Amino acid sequence: MGTINVGISDLNIAREPDVLATYALGSCVGICLYDEKIKLAGLAHIMLPWSAEASNTGDNARRFADTGITELISMMCRNGTSVNKLTAKIAGGAQMFKTKSAVFNIGDRNVAAVKKVLSSYKIPIIAEQTGENYGRTVFFYSANGKMEIRAATRPTIIV
Amino acid sequence: MALEKIEQLNDVQIDTLKEIGNIGQGNAASALSSIMGKMIDISVPNVKILDFDKTVKYLGGEEQLVVGILFGITGEINGMLIQVLSETAACGMVNPLMNDNISSLSELNNMNRSCLEEIGNILAGSYINAIASLTGMTIDISVPSLTIDMAGAILSVPAVKFSMIGDKVLLIDDSFIIDNGELKSNIILIPEIESLSVLFSKLGVGN
Repeated sequence: MGTINVGISDLNIAREPDVLATYALGSCVGICLYDEKIKLAGLAHIMLPWSAEASNTGDNARRFADTGITELISMMCRNGTSVNKLTAKIAGGAQMFKTKSAVFNIGDRNVAAVKKVLSSYKIPIIAEQTGENYGRTVFFYSANGKMEIRAATRPTIIV
Repeated sequence: MALEKIEQLNDVQIDTLKEIGNIGQGNAASALSSIMGKMIDISVPNVKILDFDKTVKYLGGEEQLVVGILFGITGEINGMLIQVLSETAACGMVNPLMNDNISSLSELNNMNRSCLEEIGNILAGSYINAIASLTGMTIDISVPSLTIDMAGAILSVPAVKFSMIGDKVLLIDDSFIIDNGELKSNIILIPEIESLSVLFSKLGVGN
């Protein structure tokens, strides 16, 4: 069983028995997509909601919820699945610091964007561990589609 | 050429930031020393321009548990500052002040946390004051907001902000030595890019 690390603003896929991992999601959101039948897993680690709001043109498409999720779906479709076979589990989108400023509240906006994009593809979200105020590390097991969430000061959750 | 990204800073501008770091750290050390009643040694602060991944690595890795104290900066310079303290540094600063004997971040109570926010205030304020007094600018910092979590998750907050001005961040290593032990402390400064241009032109090292 190998572990494939997915960095910030990046994405990847794995087949049974490999595991996808992304570390220390703060306000970022980890999107785990899964085709149960062929045991194909995909994970994207997005940082910002919408690519249209980017100030740099030619910015990394994997940084945003809309373009990142779209790229992950097409990568998975090229590897034998189709969009109507996918289910989603999402984690992250925390507010790490308590402040009133909107820029620090990017976590909520990221989660909202991820949900909107997934619903536009009619991909059901079957598990969610989002919001609150703590960082999360995610492991996504291609063998069974389980998402494991580890936090610094809280017990591990498996959904 | 107008300054557009942090990585475009030239050597003179980086040296200027180091000098500000020097003055800020000197101020911070004497303030800390007087409230703690202890001798504090400082090394020459190390100013680095690092990308996101390297910054996280420098702080001990994505899942390293650290204290992050966030300040908003407003006025003639805008941006944010995060004071990052290692577990040893946080405990080493809280213990003499609160007459406590804690050795891990999980033992921190609410009083300890406020104490750390206040220390953050002193440290961050020393740097901002150094900039303000060198340039004659008016700069305010917000009330501190403290969190204890994985370094990677804490850094996602500035990452979102600095993704808009490039993938680099200014990291000032301002560790202190108290009772022969090093207290690892870092300041991450994320000024808006226009603010950096204003700062450098005030100091006569503009582009």
